[in-house]
Amino acid sequence: MEMTNGQFFVTTIDKFVRWAQKSSIWPLTFGLACCAIEMMNLVGPRYDAARFGSEVMRASPRQADLMIVSGRLSLKMVPVIQQVYQQMPEPKWVIAMGACASSGGIFDNYAIVQGVDRVLPVDVYVPGCPPTPDAVLHAIMKLKESIAQGRAKGGVMAREA
Amino acid sequence: MAKLDPAGLPLEHPDPRGYRVEAAEGDRMIISVGPHHPSTHGVLRLILELEGERVVNCVPEIGFLHTGIEKTAENLTWQQAITVIDRMDYLSPLSNNLAYVLAVEKLLGIEVPERARYIRVLMVELQRIASHLVWLGTTVLDMGMMSGFFYAFDIREAILDIFEEVTGARMNPSYIRIGGLANDVPDNFVQMVQEFLDRFPKRLDELHAILDENPIFLDRLKGIGAISKDKAIAYGLTGPNLRACGIDYDVRKAFPYCGYEEFDFKVPLGTNGDCYDRYLVRMQELRESHKICVQALQRLPEGPWQIDDRKIVRPPKHEVRENMEALIHHFKLVSYGFDVPEGEVYVSIESPRGEIGYYVVSNGKNKPWRVRTRPPAFYNVFAIPEMVRGELVADLVAVVATVDPVFGEVDR
Ligand code: SF4
Repeated sequence: MEMTNGQFFVTTIDKFVRWAQKSSIWPLTFGLACCAIEMMNLVGPRYDAARFGSEVMRASPRQADLMIVSGRLSLKMVPVIQQVYQQMPEPKWVIAMGACASSGGIFDNYAIVQGVDRVLPVDVYVPGCPPTPDAVLHAIMKLKESIAQGRAKGGVMAREA
Repeated sequence: MAKLDPAGLPLEHPDPRGYRVEAAEGDRMIISVGPHHPSTHGVLRLILELEGERVVNCVPEIGFLHTGIEKTAENLTWQQAITVIDRMDYLSPLSNNLAYVLAVEKLLGIEVPERARYIRVLMVELQRIASHLVWLGTTVLDMGMMSGFFYAFDIREAILDIFEEVTGARMNPSYIRIGGLANDVPDNFVQMVQEFLDRFPKRLDELHAILDENPIFLDRLKGIGAISKDKAIAYGLTGPNLRACGIDYDVRKAFPYCGYEEFDFKVPLGTNGDCYDRYLVRMQELRESHKICVQALQRLPEGPWQIDDRKIVRPPKHEVRENMEALIHHFKLVSYGFDVPEGEVYVSIESPRGEIGYYVVSNGKNKPWRVRTRPPAFYNVFAIPEMVRGELVADLVAVVATVDPVFGEVDR
């Protein structure tokens, strides 16, 4: 934002912008493995992510704010996930869903990346194999909290750093 | 550049990535669908050669979810390997468990007690219903209908509740163990399953009501993506995809395991092998699985739920606290596992996607020497080119959806 005079004005806009950002985080449909099935349940009737403004699963990275990496990431998939991440407009956030995405999980072997944070900046990690949809909802709420506090900058800081 | 032979394989480039945009001749266009694409149901990449809207050729590229499961299983004890095998076909982990466990039990030469057998059948059939419901939900979603997805996933939640109650996990429960089960079912199991089974036919009627006369849904499935009987056999199709062509092959009937011969159920068959038939076959299978569940629940016997061999199954916890011998057995099983006699076996069962087989080799140690899977979805995926050739691009979505691939299983 290009606002040099009037500090007061800038902070208010910031707060307003953050409120707007956190209120409708649209996740990208990026299913990798078992966790993806639980991610589908997230928009299903019981868990209903619409309550949190996140029911619109976007198929195109150009229209999404949040990438939920749901599942194990193989070495072959790394360039693809990086490209998809780059295609997402800023601000953008990443949730590592499940043990595999967070740390490699039970697959400590030649094929699986030991945590997506090796290739992407991750904002929230969700434990579980697979995490229940409640856990993912919790992660989305945590993410909202940190957006409101200005901690999760949405990929902007990651690029500048 | 890459020319294609009539079977659809690139001649000069065995690697499908040899396909380049320059390779298109004349008006033909080459596009790549996936690996990140909403309608590929996972991480499949399809390289399409198009003439206008028609698909001239299609080459699938797989391996984006390669997890090294078979190799990892070799470094785990026989019992531990169940956990990674769970994560292969994650829509029906219990079928994977069952096939692998049956193979190891065959090597060990053990028979599980009646109660364990019935619970296994019951759980696997519930899993089949759950898996078909995910298939249905995602398929109707691809056909542009959100409400069908909600209905299907709502029904599935009831099954996941049962799983959570019994095994502690909604998915990937590793419940079926060598020598029996992980634990007995809880007291309210019968009641929970009964409630679900009572409600299920009505819920299924609801689904039929919103789908069967929906002109858009029917138009997008009828006569699309047909495959002939001979081709289906040649490609090694199994499961609902094969039966949609009218070939009566179901492992549960052809080579019964777990006492499936005692149950009264039919094998639904299609006629044309097109998307609509695949849809119909799966919908009827839901009813048949329901029938099997009802019978299994009625006949569920009392008694032990695992074998009585302390060298293979863990002693109950209270004994471990009081009895020295039980403690030693417990320690040995947890730290070392057990040896399996030398030999090799192949056991296959009917998973929701078709014939899933495990070829297991033991060299007499506490870890498998080789665990090789025959994943049904792998063969099914490679029949997609045969089905989409000559169809419109939009029909590709219907074909991929009705083939029901699961990439955990294809890539392993
Ligand atoms: S964390 Fe577990 S459920 Fe999720 S992708 Fe990994 S193995 Fe599958």
